[in-house]
Amino acid sequence: MLRVIGKRIALLIPTLFGLSILLFLWVRSLPGGPATALLGEKATPEAIARVNELYGFDRPLLTQYLTYVGRLLQGDFGVSINTGRPVLEEFATRFPATLELTVVALIFAIGVGVPLGYFAARYYGRFLDHSSVVLSLIGITVPVFFLAFILKYIFAIQWGILPPDGRQDARIDATHYTQFYVLDGILTGEYDAAWDAFLHLILPGLALGTIPLAIIVRITRASVLEVQNADYVRTARAKGLMERTIRGSFILRNAMLPVVTTIGLQLGLLISGAVLTETVFAFNGIGRFLRDAIFGLDYPVLQGFIIFIAILYALINLIVDLSYSVIDPRVRVQ
Amino acid sequence: MSTILPPAAGGSAAPNDPAIDTGRGTGLWKDAFLRLRRNPQAIVGAVIIGLFLLVAILAPLLAPYGGDELPGRTSITPTTIPGPGEIDGFPLGLDRFGGDVLSKLIWGAQASLLIGVVSTALGLAGGMLLGVLAGGLGGWVDNVIMRFVDILLSVPNLLLAVSIAAVLGQSSYAIMIAIGVSQIPIFARLLRSSMLSQRGADYILAAQTLGLSRRTITMSHLLPNSMGPVIVQATLTLATAVIDAAALSFLGLGGGLPQAAEWGRMLTYAQAELAVAPQLAFLPGACIAITALGFTLLGESLREALDPKTRRK
Repeated sequence: MLRVIGKRIALLIPTLFGLSILLFLWVRSLPGGPATALLGEKATPEAIARVNELYGFDRPLLTQYLTYVGRLLQGDFGVSINTGRPVLEEFATRFPATLELTVVALIFAIGVGVPLGYFAARYYGRFLDHSSVVLSLIGITVPVFFLAFILKYIFAIQWGILPPDGRQDARIDATHYTQFYVLDGILTGEYDAAWDAFLHLILPGLALGTIPLAIIVRITRASVLEVQNADYVRTARAKGLMERTIRGSFILRNAMLPVVTTIGLQLGLLISGAVLTETVFAFNGIGRFLRDAIFGLDYPVLQGFIIFIAILYALINLIVDLSYSVIDPRVRVQ
Repeated sequence: MSTILPPAAGGSAAPNDPAIDTGRGTGLWKDAFLRLRRNPQAIVGAVIIGLFLLVAILAPLLAPYGGDELPGRTSITPTTIPGPGEIDGFPLGLDRFGGDVLSKLIWGAQASLLIGVVSTALGLAGGMLLGVLAGGLGGWVDNVIMRFVDILLSVPNLLLAVSIAAVLGQSSYAIMIAIGVSQIPIFARLLRSSMLSQRGADYILAAQTLGLSRRTITMSHLLPNSMGPVIVQATLTLATAVIDAAALSFLGLGGGLPQAAEWGRMLTYAQAELAVAPQLAFLPGACIAITALGFTLLGESLREALDPKTRRK
């Protein structure tokens, strides 16, 4: 087990290495080069020359690259141009918000998607099945930011039952230890603050969760359809096992493998979606921060974030692979 | 199956013998087309795309005003934006700049479809080039290309597009290139794996036995037979390209005038007026969703039509 984990992490190294080269070259190809990105387009040539010297942008590319990688290896992702604070520190304060949002979105997507896909397959060709197909089509074709608008308009503006934006009501004076607002409220016993933070998560969570929801419904449906006609299911029926046992331990469990893979693959979509969702709901997470970074050409932030996501991506896929052996004992980790 | 086949052309074969009909073989693509024509889902998709294409091409004739024009500038005030049917001459009302919403939707169709088609073509071309090199040559070329593709795939699609757009500056060309490049890894991988799965096929062995050169085998035998999944993916990618294009211009990477007629950008500026003028968000949003729906329906029917597992039923 440990050996597998070690091997997978070792495999990550060439990818990260290649990524660091691409990111390094990316910054050097920004319009006007990194100094212009730092100083803005109206910078004087003298100022640019000074910055080039100060940051070593005038040195040979290879030297610059080695310095960059050396810093990365020490955990130094640079300083944000927009805020002047270290990139890692900025991530640490904002990532919990996005994680909170992503978790709500995933809970919604899995909690609704798996049962819906399962029952659609069970009642194949009937009304529920057809509506699940239509629903997942809508989920795939409606852009997440447009869906965010619709939800905001109906629930926050028309009915006024959920907050339209932000992470927490500004009038609530809550203590924050972990930056996970809901968790903070529970830990400190400020349940009203936790509840308020949770209410703020519902609309963005629903909007963000719809993309993975649509995909999870489809995969679950297709997978259950395939499994429920398998020979071993027929055998189980012939043996006279209880229908509940057949459905739970035979069909559902065996159908879950592709579903778990799919859930692991949703991360990229979720992060892209978070940038858009957080923009619509003025939700102060990493997505909004990235949006500002894009406009300020805050390249240390973008560079750092892409590396961060690549590592996260690889780790999640590792967890997904390891979870196979739990779901399906035949897939033993070798 | 035989009922939808065209009558066998002349010859000595008995025209009504279904075995001989299939033996003559409608090609894969012809067969797929015939199956598409019978699929209501495909028809709906094709009609949607056809309508939007027509609107996009005929935009100069259909749109009452130009895309950037502000004909209703004098009719809007900071507190009132006339909605659909509230003001003569502007059937869908005005936006906050005083632009005619109907005209902007029509010009927006042109912009969106153009970006979608050009960027997908770009991604397809780049991906096919990499895929053919990797799948055709194998060995270290394959290794290098696939590692490169892995690196690109480790960055979320939209972020990759955004990073590329940041280098190229803010314009609709930058969006096309950014979305196109961000699609390259998917096409490259798909074509490569499709080619690999064909490599052991009997007809390849036959071609090798005949002594054909590797290039001929790759280009005239392997490639055409591996294109199915790639074509399906391209159709589905058109839907994502339209959505991604809207997302990038929604984020403000489109460049040009703020009132430019782009669906994504119309949504950006609808944000502030959501409470008083929700139609400014709903109309362009619905256009994006319907276009994406059209391409998705068409792509999925095509996948079904080309899938040997669902054929011959």
